Amino acid sequence: MESDFIALDGVEKVFDVRRRTGRLRREKTRVRAVDGISFTVPRGEMVGYIGPNGAGKSTTIKMLTGILTPSGGRVRVAGIDPARERTRLARHIGVVFGQRTTLWWDLPLRDSYRLMHRMYRIPDDRFKANMARCVEQLDLGELLDVPVRQLSLGQRMRGDIAAALLHDPEVLYLDEPTIGLDVISKAKVRDFLRDLNAERGTTVLLTTHDLTDIEQLCKRVMVIDHGRLVYDGALAGLHEVGESERTLVVDLERELPPVEVAGARVLKVEGPRQWLAFPASVSAAPLVAAVAQRYPLVDLSVREPDIEAVIAKMYADRSAL
Amino acid sequence: MLWASGHGAGGGACLGLATRGFGLGARTSRKTGAVGVRVYAVVAAGGFRRYATYRVATAAGVFTNTVFGFIVAYTFTALWDERPQLGGYDLSQAVTYVWIGQALLMTTAMMGGGFENELMERIRTGDIAIDLYRPADLQLFWLASDLGRAAFHLLGRGVVPMALGALAFDLALPADPLVWVAFLCAVALGVVVSFAIRFLVALSAFWLLDGAGVAQITWLVGLFFSGMVLPLTLFPGGLGALAQVLPWSALLQIPADVLLGKHTGWGLVQAYGFQLGWAAVLLTAGRLLQSVATRRVVVQGG
Repeated sequence: MESDFIALDGVEKVFDVRRRTGRLRREKTRVRAVDGISFTVPRGEMVGYIGPNGAGKSTTIKMLTGILTPSGGRVRVAGIDPARERTRLARHIGVVFGQRTTLWWDLPLRDSYRLMHRMYRIPDDRFKANMARCVEQLDLGELLDVPVRQLSLGQRMRGDIAAALLHDPEVLYLDEPTIGLDVISKAKVRDFLRDLNAERGTTVLLTTHDLTDIEQLCKRVMVIDHGRLVYDGALAGLHEVGESERTLVVDLERELPPVEVAGARVLKVEGPRQWLAFPASVSAAPLVAAVAQRYPLVDLSVREPDIEAVIAKMYADRSAL
Repeated sequence: MLWASGHGAGGGACLGLATRGFGLGARTSRKTGAVGVRVYAVVAAGGFRRYATYRVATAAGVFTNTVFGFIVAYTFTALWDERPQLGGYDLSQAVTYVWIGQALLMTTAMMGGGFENELMERIRTGDIAIDLYRPADLQLFWLASDLGRAAFHLLGRGVVPMALGALAFDLALPADPLVWVAFLCAVALGVVVSFAIRFLVALSAFWLLDGAGVAQITWLVGLFFSGMVLPLTLFPGGLGALAQVLPWSALLQIPADVLLGKHTGWGLVQAYGFQLGWAAVLLTAGRLLQSVATRRVVVQGG
């Protein structure tokens, strides 16, 4: 159970969408929001789960919380079938939706925590200890008596994260936890999550559009598109899968016609400077050697593809299929 | 218009709530156990304080209730001068009825405006999703919250207009404290019936996405059939008989008649039985609808 703490096996979710096609006519179309996804997450891992809008991320999260029943396949979280035993599972998981709040809007933050205390039947001493920890690490001390509606987005988000953690969940699902936050608030949230994972071994599944979140927090990333898992592995490995290219920028002694070497193509020529693209999966050394041997080289630099471009390219490629 | 609003705690009030896994969960909840009673106590207290937060709105509401109370009381005075004993009430009972109506208007939410707008909004935006993964029951959660609200409205919006009405008019208020207790019980049952109706209305948003139309029709129907416009005993024949057996009469007509001493002894038991019966039927209907609806929780806004 430790290695497949969260386990999905061939999970599908099909929605019937009715569309009006005429005055009275309606057409039923089936949408495969999640189309056969399998993965496991061991206990204590922090995984990024990314994909374009409408890829099926939220649907997956909803099946993992038990509020949606899969159309096919098998889901287990902490050994529990979420859709069947949603209430039992609720005590093991914490959920934060960046764009929604679980807090009592008109009342001071403290009141929402009191509600969590009773709702999850948290023993008094644990509640006190967890409150103290969250208040300190998420810097909530001065906010406890402020009505939630008066909190800034960043403050509210920190409040929501604390609310999701008071009952010591073993798994935390985060859906866009840094959306709309300023740089400082983002850093605070990330630091907190990193500590949470390191100190308490909480398993974290993080959905985000902000790839910096992933780069800073997750060693492993899963990419979903059109309901299918298109990548599952280390963040660095995305480059190879994405067929991305690195760029070699060479400064020559003078203006020359485009460089001709095997394994690279010229992207751009600007005076004595030329840009050469080559596959990210191969070493730059032979290419540099070849150029240096045949051309009067003054200076050079290698540019890594940025991860956002890689993923954007992945999405685009799949859409074209 | 005979009624006045001015409640403040609408807005985007958000609170996560929850349901036990319904449908499938009816089976599992027994195994996992329901949430303790204490969570609902906290929810009710929260419901009370949420409304208590808006003091200016409350003051404005009290003012409006009082003004309308005066207007309607004078109208009724004129009417009862012409037709004494209309509907079985004498003049002072009729005027008392007016002030009870003003005091209970918000409490039993005859014109709606309680949790249902918020719940419909959560269904429309998909925020209901967060409410569903928590270990508490959706219907009980909102019931607790609405009872808290009603308690606040009874104190905050009911007591002052009633007291001012009693100063200005000769009201037929009972001296026997037991009658007041009986009245409060009838009010509590009225709140539950009112809740059960509004819960059904709110859940319609699962199918309609925008339940505002249904809500408006229900409020109009509710205002009329609760007896807020005129006591139901005034309506002749079939309409009167129908009005008195519909659930809305539990909201005002019955509590008012209890306070006016129209239901005593076995009659009081029957009145409570009527309210309890409707509460049971409507709450059960809400429960069934909830189990169908939660299976429908679809991805509103991914």
